[in-house]
Amino acid sequence: MSTELATPAPAVASGLGGGGRSGWGVGSIRPVLIILALLLIAVGIRQPDFYDPPVLLAFLKRAAPLIILAAGQYFVIVAGDFDLSVGSLVTAEVVIAARLIDGDPAATWPVIALLLGFGLLIGLVNGLVTTLLQVPSFITTLGMYLVLVGAVYTWTGGSPRGALSEEFRMFGRRGIDGVPVLGQLPYAVLVLSGVAVLAVLAMRSDFGKVLLAVGDNPRAARVTGARTARVRTIAFLASGLLAAVAAILLGGFGGVSFQVGQGLEFTAITAVVLGGVVLGGGRGSVAGAMLGALTLQTLLTLLNLLGVSGALSSAVQGLIILAAVAVGTLRRRT
Amino acid sequence: MSTETLRARLRLPGLDATNGVWPALAVALIVGGTLVALDGGSLFSESSTISLLQRAAGLGIVAVGQTIAILAGSLDLSVAYVISLTSLVAAETMAGSDGMVLPAILLVLVVSAVIGLVNGLLITKLRINAFIATLGVGLLIKGYLEQGYAGPAGSVPVSFQHLGYDRLGPVPLSFLLFAAVAAAVWFTLRSTRYGHHLIATGGDLDVARLSGVRTDRVLIRTHVICSLCAGIAGLYLASRLGAGAPRVGAEGGYDLESIAAVVLGGTVLAGGRGGVTGTVGGVLLLAVIDGVFNQLEVDSFFKQMVRGVVIVAAVAVYALRLRRTSDRRKAAVA
Repeated sequence: MSTELATPAPAVASGLGGGGRSGWGVGSIRPVLIILALLLIAVGIRQPDFYDPPVLLAFLKRAAPLIILAAGQYFVIVAGDFDLSVGSLVTAEVVIAARLIDGDPAATWPVIALLLGFGLLIGLVNGLVTTLLQVPSFITTLGMYLVLVGAVYTWTGGSPRGALSEEFRMFGRRGIDGVPVLGQLPYAVLVLSGVAVLAVLAMRSDFGKVLLAVGDNPRAARVTGARTARVRTIAFLASGLLAAVAAILLGGFGGVSFQVGQGLEFTAITAVVLGGVVLGGGRGSVAGAMLGALTLQTLLTLLNLLGVSGALSSAVQGLIILAAVAVGTLRRRT
Repeated sequence: MSTETLRARLRLPGLDATNGVWPALAVALIVGGTLVALDGGSLFSESSTISLLQRAAGLGIVAVGQTIAILAGSLDLSVAYVISLTSLVAAETMAGSDGMVLPAILLVLVVSAVIGLVNGLLITKLRINAFIATLGVGLLIKGYLEQGYAGPAGSVPVSFQHLGYDRLGPVPLSFLLFAAVAAAVWFTLRSTRYGHHLIATGGDLDVARLSGVRTDRVLIRTHVICSLCAGIAGLYLASRLGAGAPRVGAEGGYDLESIAAVVLGGTVLAGGRGGVTGTVGGVLLLAVIDGVFNQLEVDSFFKQMVRGVVIVAAVAVYALRLRRTSDRRKAAVA
């Protein structure tokens, strides 16, 4: 959105490397770290056993899907695009899994492969339509959202059918038992760690640098020889793939319904922005995006502990986001 | 800035090269009418025309407001919740009494104007990205609605239901209201100083500001008008439903659908190009697609898929045409 132009040329201090891992500048992760610390202290006061390793791991397990989605959304946003299709993609993946597995354990692995492939395919279509046909990604992925929601309902005739196998649910629910100190190490946390490491490595690689450059100034990136269409498409592929991973974890926790992924695209975008990433691209780190998601999840946990009803929690969520972003931009100006 | 973009920016809205929605509407009417006729129905019978125009009215009023928000380089994701809120404000204030109709209408206009003002101030004074600002405000309203209301509330006197059900010949009163709102905004864009400043602001915020346009004021005013349109749509829905409905806006998907209608009408998402007439075409096109599928009794979810594809395809065609015209201009200059 060109309102972003209102901000004076952002500090070069954060550099093209864009990580901006220190300081208060644009894309810095320090504000989100402070909010997260405050929230974690508040949760700890309210629930004293929160820092016992098993409780903490259970919390991370619940937070894993959103953090993974936020990482995927980060790649797209930092390149200057949006992915509004991830929520509907998560729903589609879970519904497809239930129908194809239909309680048959033997079908688990082939279906998982298929789900990951489907996520990549959706990302590829989003990426190609956006870069080759030059449709703004907001519209491309909005269209994809409509298509996916419509397709899932049409395919299932209005209500989800089939069931997930226990083997499939294992990723979201179970873990490696008997780990010293920690107790059970959930698979979701392992998957999350893997995604986090890969995402940070990707952003440190040449790909990450080009991606930031494309988001910062597409024309300059193109002129200097960056294959902008290719990196943007790869960003959409990453978003689709990570949405599939998140869907596999979410399918494990909860039941199969059309509501699994509802609104997740906005939650993920919110998380990314909370992490100091600037909509419009070029600024912010993937670590910040994932911390933003963790912060959001901590906030929801705290509201839950304080007995704030689910209804009011969206209002508090809205208020916190506005406050966090406003403080971030005001700091930027001074 | 290159000459062709300068030239494009000097042109008035509504005279834009991207405006291909009318041919698309004609094609949809011919193809849809033929299909329905082959099926043994009639798309142009009085009853189907009326329901088609009625469907267009609600979305249309919101989309007109969304048009100027997008033209100004902004957007408004809070409209869906504003619609729900104002439908409740209207129905609860009226509480079935004729005498309260006028106060209720005034109150709705005040409430929606205040929300628009908040949106505008968040975007201009706190410099929050429009996407996040209006999403946050939407979440706040959503929380209030979910906290306070479990279902429909309030009631609308019979005198006010005329707005939702009466018609002049085959034209519903609500469609005339849509036409009036569209005409008022069209005139404002074409012939007032504010309208020209709005296009300048959307085209390039910095250039507009440097040329002496008070861009903050323009953006705030734009958001107030956009919210007012959503409030008017809320009034219409209250009169149609006979009561206020806390989920009518979100379930109708008025936020993303209105953006889709605007973009379908050829307004460029980045701002500065497009106009209200295109949006009217976009709304009618969506309504015709709806009407055709209803007549053919096609699954409503399949309809949504087609909608998604149509929107993306239309924008792809516009992008292609824009590139062609700019190539041609470049060739002419050379």
